[in-house]
Amino acid sequence: MQAAIVVFPGTNRERDMALALRRATGRKPAMLWHRDTELPAGTDLVVLPGGFSYGDYLRCGAMAAQSPIMRAVKDFAARGGHVLGVCNGFQMLTEAGLLPGALLRNATLRFLSMDCHMRVERADTPYTHRFRRGQVFRATMAHGDGNYFADPATLDELEAEGRVILRYATPAGEVTEAANRNGSARGIAGIASANLRVLGLMPHPENQVDPAIDGTDGMPLFESLAETLASAA
Amino acid sequence: MTTSAPLPALLAPDRAAQLAAEYGLKPDEYDRVLAILGRTPSLTELGIFSVMWSEHCSYKSSRVWLRELPTKAPWVIQGPGENAGVIDIGEGLAAVFKMESHNHPSFIEPYNGAATGVGGILRDVFTMGARPIANLNALRFGMPDAPRMKRVIDGVVRGIGGYGNCVGVPTVGGEVNFHPRYNGNPLVNAMTVGIARADRIFTAKATGIGNPVVYVGSKTGRDGIHGATMASTEFSADAEEKRPTVQIGDPFAEKLLIEACLELMATDAIVAIQDMGAAGLTSSSVEMAGKGGMGIDLVLDDVPQREAGMTAYEMMLSESQERMLMILKPGREAQAEAIFTKWELDFAVIGHLTDTGRITIRHRGALEADIPLAPLESEAPLYRRPTAETPKQPVLDPATIPDPVGLDKALLTLVGSLDLCSRRWIWDQYDSMVGGHTARRPGAADAAIVRVEESLDQGGNRALAMTTDCTPRYCLADPEEGGKQAVAEAWRNITATGALPLAITDNMNFGNPEKPEIMGQFAAAVRGMAAACTALDFPVVSGNVSLYNETEGRSILPTPAIGGVGVLEDVAQATGLALPPGLDLILVGETRGWLGQSLWLREIAGREDGAPPPVDLGAERRNGDAVRGWIRAGLVAACHDLSDGGLLVAAAEMAMAGGCGASLDPGPAALPPHAWWFGEDQGRYLLAVANGAGLLRAAAAGGVPALRIGRSGGEALVLPGGLAISLAELREAHEGTLPALMADTGMQAS
Repeated sequence: MQAAIVVFPGTNRERDMALALRRATGRKPAMLWHRDTELPAGTDLVVLPGGFSYGDYLRCGAMAAQSPIMRAVKDFAARGGHVLGVCNGFQMLTEAGLLPGALLRNATLRFLSMDCHMRVERADTPYTHRFRRGQVFRATMAHGDGNYFADPATLDELEAEGRVILRYATPAGEVTEAANRNGSARGIAGIASANLRVLGLMPHPENQVDPAIDGTDGMPLFESLAETLASAA
Repeated sequence: MTTSAPLPALLAPDRAAQLAAEYGLKPDEYDRVLAILGRTPSLTELGIFSVMWSEHCSYKSSRVWLRELPTKAPWVIQGPGENAGVIDIGEGLAAVFKMESHNHPSFIEPYNGAATGVGGILRDVFTMGARPIANLNALRFGMPDAPRMKRVIDGVVRGIGGYGNCVGVPTVGGEVNFHPRYNGNPLVNAMTVGIARADRIFTAKATGIGNPVVYVGSKTGRDGIHGATMASTEFSADAEEKRPTVQIGDPFAEKLLIEACLELMATDAIVAIQDMGAAGLTSSSVEMAGKGGMGIDLVLDDVPQREAGMTAYEMMLSESQERMLMILKPGREAQAEAIFTKWELDFAVIGHLTDTGRITIRHRGALEADIPLAPLESEAPLYRRPTAETPKQPVLDPATIPDPVGLDKALLTLVGSLDLCSRRWIWDQYDSMVGGHTARRPGAADAAIVRVEESLDQGGNRALAMTTDCTPRYCLADPEEGGKQAVAEAWRNITATGALPLAITDNMNFGNPEKPEIMGQFAAAVRGMAAACTALDFPVVSGNVSLYNETEGRSILPTPAIGGVGVLEDVAQATGLALPPGLDLILVGETRGWLGQSLWLREIAGREDGAPPPVDLGAERRNGDAVRGWIRAGLVAACHDLSDGGLLVAAAEMAMAGGCGASLDPGPAALPPHAWWFGEDQGRYLLAVANGAGLLRAAAAGGVPALRIGRSGGEALVLPGGLAISLAELREAHEGTLPALMADTGMQAS
């Protein structure tokens, strides 16, 4: 796997993501600057990490979605490349039109920094095949605008096409209002593109990859990717 | 080009004297200004003297006392006097840290006051070449039902989160107290800890005649003018009118500034660097040139400006945020400019170093200021103000204080009380995990634990343990014991995680130093702190003083907040407070049932009196060293220091954290049960261990008082006699308080 992480002005979880990818693959990912215009040769995964690109002073992710590198990222996705967007990266993917919907201000109107649990809705994707379907895993969430929104027709379409990959749930796996702290439509925490190769999610599985730090609940996601892309190579 | 006049435009003598008083200079201080200059000052010069000699910048009331604090140890790389303290943490790495107050601005404008407090302390740390890895904060609020206070609490918490979350530095710990004495003057003390290579520390000492003086970061606006002067006076009822003196923070610009500075610091282009904090361009330029024994010429036309028509006076006194001043090696301007341009920040050469020993400031072709630097520092006012000792309070005999409610009711009341209730409502708004190295987040251990990425990169697994501590009610009753206790508690909290405590930063928050009883509190607190620092090998490496914390003549509780840092060689050794089942509970340290100034006394008996618990520093050291040794030997599954609320509250906190109950044995017959369970004797820990008998033998061999007090397991805390308090009841009382109080503040956007 040859991963590349894009750094925008205000990105702040690129180091966390690099640690997680390194643990899963043993290789350091390339770090790209948002003004770059092409991906390094051989790149098979692009990650848009979390943070506050451009301070979130405009709509979250809206400025970053117009960065020079995003043209290359869109082309890469169009050619069937794998793109992972986490938190601010998920917001960028919706702003760039790579995923449908939008992330609104949390229903609580407060920044939410806490553990959440997510239920894996599909275990046959490049990102989740090391999980079991219905498996629940814990991850950090840390965002002010993570309230997933799309019109009912889009939501129905996402559901029908099996593109809702992760949903907020209780540790026992029930999708409840209480488990859905940011108020996302239908408890959606992560969605994928139609070809399942572009994934956006709000929580941070990259913070749960080390037993000495905060457990390894997030590792299957990175191991899934590593396996997918190793076998593709 | 116009040639500059030999003298700046001077103020008329009467006007100058009048303005000096308005800017907070005392008549004798102003006389000294006249003597140094040999003439009346210009407006800009007067502004410079008034901020440099303000309490906030000059420490004129506190310096004579602060000298008593121990500041040296073999592991101290940089003690007080620089932007932050630096200690060696092994593997060629250094921890850089400091705590600083932003009390006055946070009361006037809570969100921006607190946010810029975080921004300022971050800059103090990365200006020394360190990447910030953790933020902590020590907060003191008034009672939530006091006027404006909920808005202050909400704004401060949002401000700390808003800034720290955006810059991507995890907010991992801190403390909060509530007391009516903070109703008109809450305290916001922010601490940042960073990591640098021990041989790559940057300082503010400017050298090299002709070297360029470079301004980087955000533009200069009119915000915060005379902020340092505002922070050096008491509040009156017109606090709201001072809002224009509060700065506005831009955490996005700060994030860019961190990355750009660290990128430039990886080269060898920088000679010296200092952030523009209090008194902005004035203090940064004066201090850098002063430390290097240089002169400095500034041309303000080249300062990046946010607003049109700014005067020299305004630019020199602005406290606009996210700005740094650097001295570069000659010819390295283009290399530096490229980095700052990449990060979309302003970069401007605004002057150069000279050999004149003077600061000269030019603007629009005119000389605006010309001041000799040496006397600006050496002639700065220094006061040994009169002190009055705080009268000693009587030691309360627990036998004379009856228990009005019973242990179970008292416990539920205490765990839900303002000073002991869960802080989850606060820390749920702070990103504590960003960075990927937070091994113990708020509420999981007595100190926050963050692994050092640079250690991991070189095959190690080192982590820092960090805490902030102070018990202001003890400090009011006995400032010396209180000062001692604040240092000891920080040392204890670090010890309880298994880490070795190394050094502290202090944030001295007191009232009006011109009142002898306040200056007496300060002097006594320093005395107590110094004793504890010496006994515990826990020197002071940085600090900040905030005086005049009074509103309409009423002072805050004396609050010498301590920020402690320790090191764990292996993060896997970190011990938290979550109680596992099936273990022996061992109480370490001596219990005499000290109820004076205890939270039980205040919350249950309705009294705030008596002498606070004394700290036996010998016992503190002995007990703590033993506990740390047992943790490192792998004998301890969970550990918690005993502080506010005493033994039963500590047991309840461990039980709630672990989701596991415990059965407790009766205390000694000689003590009333409430004194045994809620007394606040110092130097104590509660441990959960698999082999209680073995640990007791080890304790006896080391002369450490220890006693088995129960066993973990079940879903309730079972008191002696069989009375059970379920974990659910405890949690409801503990978790419900802050969300209920703050519920009506939830629906406002920040």
